[in-house]
Amino acid sequence: MTAAVSLQKVSRHFGAVRAMDSVDLEVAEGEFFAMLGPSGSGKTTCLRLIAGFEQPTSGTVRIFGEAVEGVPPYRRNVNTVFQDYALFPHLNVRDNVAFALMLRKVDKPERYRAAEAALEMVELSGYGDRKPGQLSGGQRQRVALARAIVNKPKVLLLDEPLGALDLKLREQMQEELKALQRTLGITFIFVTHDQGEALSMADRVAVFNAGGIMQVGTPEEIYRRPRTRFVADFVGSANIMPPDFVQSVIGVARWASLRPESIHVIRADGGASALTGLVTSKSYMGSTTRLAIDLKGLKLHAVVPATGAVPDEGEAVTIGFAKDALNLLESEA
Amino acid sequence: MTSLAATGAILPNRRGWLGAVSDHFWRKPGLLIFLMLLPALLWLGIVYLGSLLALLLQSFFSIDEFSGLIRHELTLKTYGELFKPQNLDIIVRTSLMAGIVTLASAVIAFPIAYMAARYARGKWKALFYLGIMLPLWASYLVKVYAWKLILAKEGILNWLFEKLGLTWLLEAWLALPVIGGNSLSISYTGTFLVFLYVWMPFMILPIQAAIERVPTNLLDAAADLGATPRQSFWKVLFPLALPGVIAGSIFTFSLTLGDYIIPQIVGNSQFFIGQAVYSHQGTAGNIPLAAAFTVVPILIMGVYLWLAKRAGAFDAL
Repeated sequence: MTAAVSLQKVSRHFGAVRAMDSVDLEVAEGEFFAMLGPSGSGKTTCLRLIAGFEQPTSGTVRIFGEAVEGVPPYRRNVNTVFQDYALFPHLNVRDNVAFALMLRKVDKPERYRAAEAALEMVELSGYGDRKPGQLSGGQRQRVALARAIVNKPKVLLLDEPLGALDLKLREQMQEELKALQRTLGITFIFVTHDQGEALSMADRVAVFNAGGIMQVGTPEEIYRRPRTRFVADFVGSANIMPPDFVQSVIGVARWASLRPESIHVIRADGGASALTGLVTSKSYMGSTTRLAIDLKGLKLHAVVPATGAVPDEGEAVTIGFAKDALNLLESEA
Repeated sequence: MTSLAATGAILPNRRGWLGAVSDHFWRKPGLLIFLMLLPALLWLGIVYLGSLLALLLQSFFSIDEFSGLIRHELTLKTYGELFKPQNLDIIVRTSLMAGIVTLASAVIAFPIAYMAARYARGKWKALFYLGIMLPLWASYLVKVYAWKLILAKEGILNWLFEKLGLTWLLEAWLALPVIGGNSLSISYTGTFLVFLYVWMPFMILPIQAAIERVPTNLLDAAADLGATPRQSFWKVLFPLALPGVIAGSIFTFSLTLGDYIIPQIVGNSQFFIGQAVYSHQGTAGNIPLAAAFTVVPILIMGVYLWLAKRAGAFDAL
């Protein structure tokens, strides 16, 4: 099966700045794909290359097998939901949504019917006559979405579409977006810097850093088996364990990551072992409590249920974890 | 504690009565705004609107044909005179010229403004502003006389056409009825060119400001949805820049309507509204008719703005 989008050795340099450097990527048809990374990691550049707003310095971008070099954005069957929505302020909601159909000279009644259907899909029917300026942020976000799907594109690109929404709305939109993607069956490529968003929504995640892809995999693979220190640190939080510690536990001298929530903490009963240390600080997080533990110079974090017996600051504790919770890293970096 | 440290929760007033005044303004911001607006309001209300009303009143008086004295009775007789063929000619001629000048300057100004707003950065931007503003630093009269020399039969433009072997083209143009004439400096074409040059900055600057306010990602979005560059221009950029075009056209249109120097120096000595006003209030002493003539551009501008508003030109504001 041809990939919906594939990148082969794609680079995009802005002068001396390498926004993307020799990136290979395949996104399957019908997939909900997330590009996750900190700002400046190249994920938005990658999206703009697929949309056609940028041209690669070198390498090939293919959409459904066709090389799109030199093809302008208006000839790509790909639509974008922009970060700040980019709604046309002089048009009302209906005309914004029907814009793509208007350009293709679809008759007025027909394109308004399609626009109304798209608005219904994002639960905004009846808002057609309003101007974008009269809508809330969440509503604008939905209009941008309706405008991008009315065209039934082959691939929908979403550039941090939920970034400007507050937490509650964001969680609601995450579920709706996922449901919408299932209904439409369109390939979604989603750019975000929010690891929670990427993990909860995507079928597969690519973690970007410094213009390259660090790891691609399902959310579970990314979270449970990060391959590098960067991925371990950026996706969720992780304790990075040095080789000598790892050797003392499983006999392999390699760097490893250990999730704070896979550490069990009990009060130390006198006997000192390699896994005994002092609680240096304690922060209440609601359902859990986060402990900072000093293991004879090795500082790590543990997250324990807030309901159990939680040790206090300054108390001696012993930690424990399953051996396979230690995830060996490919490199220190 | 050092002596600089404050002793209480409230810092002492260190500036005497001036400090008390600013404290008062802080508590009553409306008062400050009123005081700042007052001079402008007085100017606008009394000097400007007052003289405009006086002018309007004058236009409802009439002149006694025999004595040449002004009859201070309200009448529409003077307005009736505007519809005499020779006066109507002046109005139509002026409005046509103003319309064509406005259209031409919008067409020429838009690409310049677009380049400046989208692509000029740093010193190029400074150079752009300098290029646009520099002509405004020179006296308007000097520029108009300079143009008279440029357009004259012995002028540089004729010379250039000759050197390029294009004299026949110029002559063919001048042979055209109405817009032609003996030479460019005594034809409507010449008047048009000078108007175009003199008012151009007033068209470029507002359009440039309007284009700068259009976020680039709207053009990205249009292209993304399938708009060709041509469609992006007409469906997105132009409607959003239209308030700037209208603002510019208000300048070029009303400045042309009211000007009485340019058609007098460069042109075929047919009167424009400004010249009619000038001669009626001066040598002819017919102040009511001069006032009535002055009301015409005001009315035209009013109708123009009303039409522009109805056409949705200000929706994007």
